[in-house]
Amino acid sequence: MININEVIETNSMVSEQTLDVRTITMGINLLECADRDLEVCCKKIYDKITSYARDLVATGNDISREIGIPIVNKRVSVTPIALVGGACCHTPEDYVTIAKTLDRAAKEIGINFLGGYSAIVSKGMTRSDELLIRSIPQAMKETQFICSSINVGSTKTGINMDAVRLMGEIIKETAEATKENDSLGCGKLVVLCNAPDDNPFMAGAFHGVSEADAIINVGVSGPGVVHHALKGIRGESFEVLCETIKKTAFKITRVGQYVAQEASRRLGVPFGIIDLSLAPTPAVGDSVADILCEIGLEKAGAPGTTAALALLNDQVKKGGVMASSYVGGLSGAFIPVSEDQGMIDAVECGALTLEKLEAMTCVCSVGLDMIAIPGETPASTISGIIADEAAIGMVNQKTTAVRIIPVIGKNVGDTVEFGGLLGYAPVQPVNRFSCEAFVNRKGRIPAPIHSFKN
Amino acid sequence: MNKTIITVVGKDTTGIIAKVCTYLAENSINILDISQTIVQGYFNMMMIVDTSKMKHSFAETATALEQLGSEIGVQVKCQREEIFEKMHRI
Repeated sequence: MININEVIETNSMVSEQTLDVRTITMGINLLECADRDLEVCCKKIYDKITSYARDLVATGNDISREIGIPIVNKRVSVTPIALVGGACCHTPEDYVTIAKTLDRAAKEIGINFLGGYSAIVSKGMTRSDELLIRSIPQAMKETQFICSSINVGSTKTGINMDAVRLMGEIIKETAEATKENDSLGCGKLVVLCNAPDDNPFMAGAFHGVSEADAIINVGVSGPGVVHHALKGIRGESFEVLCETIKKTAFKITRVGQYVAQEASRRLGVPFGIIDLSLAPTPAVGDSVADILCEIGLEKAGAPGTTAALALLNDQVKKGGVMASSYVGGLSGAFIPVSEDQGMIDAVECGALTLEKLEAMTCVCSVGLDMIAIPGETPASTISGIIADEAAIGMVNQKTTAVRIIPVIGKNVGDTVEFGGLLGYAPVQPVNRFSCEAFVNRKGRIPAPIHSFKN
Repeated sequence: MNKTIITVVGKDTTGIIAKVCTYLAENSINILDISQTIVQGYFNMMMIVDTSKMKHSFAETATALEQLGSEIGVQVKCQREEIFEKMHRI
């Protein structure tokens, strides 16, 4: 039988160490909503989302109440919209109409984000893909809950540099379109390489075509719990360090597994995966950077950071895999700047640069995330940053991403406030040398040699 | 059997257990196990109870116990036992 110390341990994880389940995300297939008539298509989309996910928020809240652990976000991901809107969208404005429909559906069911305003263009762009991409600035301006993601490369296909070039421009246009809100639109737009089909986390969540009609995916969190556990073993060997992270990750992930199974049972929707993640928030004590410091760094970004992060990421996976029956999504440590107080501090004191962040993305689960850069950064430079990240993902057979915000009217030294979960960020300097001639070449970067394994 | 864990945390005072137990008895909730300890000067009590015959819903019972707790100056929490089983047992 459970003993009092175990109960106290679990409850102090919640009350003192900010343990929560970060998100229950319901993936919904919208392929059947395709129609030649835009109005009909929008109606089908709205009806399907609002009927499938009608009870999502209430169910999440009920489970949270019964287990005494917060479930912070309830979200929906949908089939990449470029696949759904192809038959009825003839202009970017037509796609914006779908975006607004999704936004209304999200508002109706009470979720805080809906992902899947997406296109998969890792090898080439269809007309429909390009129309969707060109609609992103306006769609981000006119909606509140929609997240957009574009997959521009993969290990199997290489990198679509035409899409990379276009996304540099689109990010700049989105920044301009949402400049009244510190270019917040770019915080809901991510460019990926090797994007997973079952990611529950925003902004990159979409319901891939390899998925069932509807699915429940859960993202766990808990950097504060790992940090607390490591405080108790200062100065111990790497063996003790790794064992402690693994055991903690196991416990955190078990919560996610339980929540996913319960949500799946109550909603009558199959359980998909658990995303084993250390997802920070701007709240004090909920920081991945603090874990790196506890491992032994003065600040995140100091020499040794990449190794410490590689270790952390791997142990989280090793502990988490055994705790869950199905693991997927991004799975690993997230290192967003604006959403992690320790990362913000590291940038502000000059310990953490864009280049070091790039190195860190080689060994953790995502990429350059929630980084504010000067608004006057050229589109080609942003494309160059995207190409670098995509190359890391392509060659290392992992997911990488860029969610970068060129804040219009702001420069190095300024601070940007995004609010809520998105936090705030100091504007970081970007290498000022040009890559325009590189980015302006047409076509794609071929797949690396390890695609010929089979 | 439907097991729920009730925890009571706060400053020790007369009648905490009596009040919580009275409420449980009146609502057909059977106590299976009680243990208590002092952590950092705070009174910590844990009860494992069977809620399969309880009169109200889980949420209503949890809210009523929270209210009762705030009347006597302690924090009372109700949680399904499964979450602890999942976390601490393989």
